Amino acid sequence: MKQTSFLFVLSLLTIFGCSSDLDDDLTPANVTLSFSHYWEDTPVTNADFNDLKYTNANTDVLSIERLRYLISGIEFTNTDGETILLEGYNLVDVTNQTNLSFSPEEKIATGIYRNVSFLFGLRNEKNIPSAYPDLNAASWNVPMMLGGGYHYMQFDGKFINTSDEVQGFNYHAIRAVDTPGESPSFPQDTFFRVDLGEITIGADVEINVVMHIEEWFKNPYIWNLNEYNQMLMPNSAAQILIHGNGQSVFTLGNIN
Amino acid sequence: MNSIKSNFYIFIMLLLIASCSDDSTETAYVNTPTPSPLQIPQLFQDLILDPVIPSNNPQTEEGISLGKKLFFDPILSADNTLACAGCHSVSNAFTDTTRFSVGVDGLFGRRNSMPLFNLAWNYDNKFFWDGRDSGLENQAFEPITNPIEMHTTWDAVTSKLQQHADYPELFDLAFGTKEIDSVLVSKAITQFERTLISANSKFDKHLLGTATLTPAEINGFNVFMDETKGDCFHCHGSDSNPLWTDNKFHNNGLDATFTDRGLGRVTGDPADNGKFRSPSLRNLAFTAPYMHDGRFETIEEVINHYSNGLKNSPTIDPLMKKVSQGGVRLSPQEKANLKAFLLALTDQDFINNPSFSNP
Repeated sequence: MKQTSFLFVLSLLTIFGCSSDLDDDLTPANVTLSFSHYWEDTPVTNADFNDLKYTNANTDVLSIERLRYLISGIEFTNTDGETILLEGYNLVDVTNQTNLSFSPEEKIATGIYRNVSFLFGLRNEKNIPSAYPDLNAASWNVPMMLGGGYHYMQFDGKFINTSDEVQGFNYHAIRAVDTPGESPSFPQDTFFRVDLGEITIGADVEINVVMHIEEWFKNPYIWNLNEYNQMLMPNSAAQILIHGNGQSVFTLGNIN
Repeated sequence: MNSIKSNFYIFIMLLLIASCSDDSTETAYVNTPTPSPLQIPQLFQDLILDPVIPSNNPQTEEGISLGKKLFFDPILSADNTLACAGCHSVSNAFTDTTRFSVGVDGLFGRRNSMPLFNLAWNYDNKFFWDGRDSGLENQAFEPITNPIEMHTTWDAVTSKLQQHADYPELFDLAFGTKEIDSVLVSKAITQFERTLISANSKFDKHLLGTATLTPAEINGFNVFMDETKGDCFHCHGSDSNPLWTDNKFHNNGLDATFTDRGLGRVTGDPADNGKFRSPSLRNLAFTAPYMHDGRFETIEEVINHYSNGLKNSPTIDPLMKKVSQGGVRLSPQEKANLKAFLLALTDQDFINNPSFSNP
């Protein structure tokens, strides 16, 4: 009789113990990525647009008139090296101050993640021509002669050129393409992964991602707007430089 | 005899009860308009987001029919001479053939009448060349009281409609009330306007695999999509966006200084001066003259503007290429091909659709 009671109590403890473990380790949390924009140490919003008030590393004086970019493929890598991929994408539109935060539908188990990352742009297999109605409606497409799919970024503005004239620039990032036309070829991938580093998720969390806009012109290639300003989409050399400079553009901001 | 009398009373009582019941039903009866969802074209279903329909103004058969009658009825103007259709003619894809439209007092506006189609797919919901009205229902309010258009008052219009032989009943059928007001007039007109869908051009058929483009049309499309040539796609849609507009506001290099500030007058922001909403490139064959002020009479003039006529200004869109050279400098053959492609966006079925003609 005593033995039976002991086993019964033990079973109950085991059951409640399991339940407690589940609550502690696997409680899913909502994750939100928010996006902030800086020129060096100064925040940038659309209120700062249309003003020739920025100077890049090449000493080109420039303004920002339009800035929107696509991020996708948010990944959480836990301490066991397992990766949780949140599908979906977000078109951040600084011009209209829309989609400055993105909350994927899926939740993430609380715990320590040794890395959180996202993609700037779209993986090639997801970069499917005309596949996404919201991006089509936003005129975000890339012409089929350039391989189709979607822009990664549209960054338009003006700069003062060497003739001291104000001139437009279209710093548009896409999948780099050679031989535009019916059979384009792709010299290298130009979407890239942004690693935000280790993040502990204890509950619902907002992870702030900072775009340092000046870095697009700075590191490692000192971008000369007099050389590369417009019609960069069919220019694979320019796209590869954009890809290179993009590596240092994003950093982790506050976690709330 | 008693039995007959008694049966007679029962019969009378039943009649009374049935009669009372009928009266009760009539008192409680409210018209329920018949839902009539927009018929979304296959390409639109496949490629872009759903249309924007306000939840407080769903499409109904009765509402659309009433809106159509109102659209073509000059009763909405001060002197009963000018209907919406007076400046938005069906044979011109619901725009005017003249540079500026004339109002009831013989006065002319200073903007070209905008064509009306695919309005439910204006996702930003900003209407007019300068985006000053948010929502199609709000847009429909303005011409009636505008002093250079219909130049009347809502009191006068609703009074005339209220006294009309047909309208009270038609409003009852559409909205469940015979009390006519400006909001219901606006709702009915916009229900009709949202049915004005154009999606059956040769290029649409080409995308659906039921038409073949000519070499000139294909080459013209390539000029349109080539960032080093026309680079039209950044503002005017593409084979992935069959609206052929982004419905955004751009300064496309028409003027070095502005007599019409466009969006800038609405926002008060000098950075918006000279910006106007991109029009759709569908149905250009019917919608001349072109631009917000109708300054260009032909498609050739429009293409020449982008090719070598750009004028610089502080707010010119950075997407305008080679401004210092006047534009992208297309060759005569490229211009001809581009025009051929643009004309492949012509939708003859749209202007000949009996659902859109004067009832």
